[in-house]
Amino acid sequence: MALPQKESTPIFSDATAGTLRLIAYLALAAVLMVLDHRNGWLQRARYATAAAIVPIYKLAAAPADWIHGAGVAFTQRSKLIDENRQLRETLMLAEARLNRMHSVAQQNERLKQLLDTQHLLGMHAQLARLIDVQLGPTRDRVMLNVGSREGVRVGQTVIDSHGVMGQVVEILPHASVAMLVTDPDHAVPVMVSRTGLRGIAHGTGDPGQLVVSNLPLSSDITAGDQLVTSGLGGRFPGGFPVGTVTRLERDPSGMFLQALVKPAAELDRSGEVLLLRDQPDPVGPPAPAPQVGPPDSLAPAAAAPRKRTATGAAP
Amino acid sequence: MRAHGWTFWICIALSLLLMLMPLPAMVQPLKPYWPALVLVYWALETSDRVTVGLAFGVGLAADLLNGALLGDQALRLAVLVFIVLRFRSRLRFFPMWQQALAVWLLLLNNHVLQALIRAFAGDPRMPVQSWLAPAVGAAIWPFVFLLLDDVHTRVRGKGAKAT
Repeated sequence: MALPQKESTPIFSDATAGTLRLIAYLALAAVLMVLDHRNGWLQRARYATAAAIVPIYKLAAAPADWIHGAGVAFTQRSKLIDENRQLRETLMLAEARLNRMHSVAQQNERLKQLLDTQHLLGMHAQLARLIDVQLGPTRDRVMLNVGSREGVRVGQTVIDSHGVMGQVVEILPHASVAMLVTDPDHAVPVMVSRTGLRGIAHGTGDPGQLVVSNLPLSSDITAGDQLVTSGLGGRFPGGFPVGTVTRLERDPSGMFLQALVKPAAELDRSGEVLLLRDQPDPVGPPAPAPQVGPPDSLAPAAAAPRKRTATGAAP
Repeated sequence: MRAHGWTFWICIALSLLLMLMPLPAMVQPLKPYWPALVLVYWALETSDRVTVGLAFGVGLAADLLNGALLGDQALRLAVLVFIVLRFRSRLRFFPMWQQALAVWLLLLNNHVLQALIRAFAGDPRMPVQSWLAPAVGAAIWPFVFLLLDDVHTRVRGKGAKAT
């Protein structure tokens, strides 16, 4: 009983100093947070220290990789054979479809040349692997193993074989961070492929769900409709699957419909993804409707750089 | 004393790695906050090693790795270690279940702070299950404590023999 007494004396004697020190640290932390929130300091710090940080990520991802590798090594042979057969069937089906599409594509190209627009069928893509770490407790972001040294830039679209996964939001020299479509901060312009109805699909934070809100009550959309990227806004190229409508409901105000959408891409945190390169064509798709809204001369000063990035996305 | 210092830093590094390590999506929100648990242990066990400033530094490193908001974890860990140091003499002699309860309260306080910071930064709200994470942390506290204590005494015993 003497021990706690003895120990408590020095602590309580300089209690005020301790409290002051805590307050100083709290103030410092608050200042850091505000500055980071305003100026993005953290990203710059991360870029500068990437040489030390990225190996740590690889280390943290290693156990998950081993578990995955062990799973592959011990999968039963029959299962592999089954999978192989299934894959071969899918491949044949895809090839058959591709052959049919080939003629359609040629026809499409001819028609597009007739219409004098640029064709976007040739896609340049780069393969990337996911580094399996958890970034932040509640954010849907993934880390990829390619970075600025491999030519990755902020804003590139990330897809897998099923559809759009998200876009690159932060780059390090040999790694990059991509925001998934299900992140609450993410939005992608979409179009119902059946009817051409356009909307914007927001992430919800729930890994299996997107929501397209502010649809008119009379709009032609039903459960089961496929959504594809519309290509508006110039960030995502058009025509990539985004998801399937699972349910329609009224939004809280009762004035609009909102569609709940299941993402098409497999958003689990392993495997390989494709990064779409920006089109090398300097012409690109027609600039997104410059005549919309008031003329530029009336716009405030901030509108000018925005327009430049919208058209400057093509090169 | 040398080995002692190494153990401490290895523990901190491991806790940061555990923080980054992914879990299956089902249990992901329940993941305990490892750096906090490790810091609480060392704050209780050694009298002068863990200070509020050190917790702040560890928090900054964690922020840099996590990439969320610089200063967020630094603030939370500083508060946590400050409380532990203030009540250290009492916490040390609690029976294990009371200590686990105290750890639960500490982690809950930490979680409330996190929710507040996120609200100020305009981030979306945390999932409801994540409020169970402090309880998970408290539930594994006895095991963490015993494990670290075992490692600590072994290293200390070896160090004492060597000197």
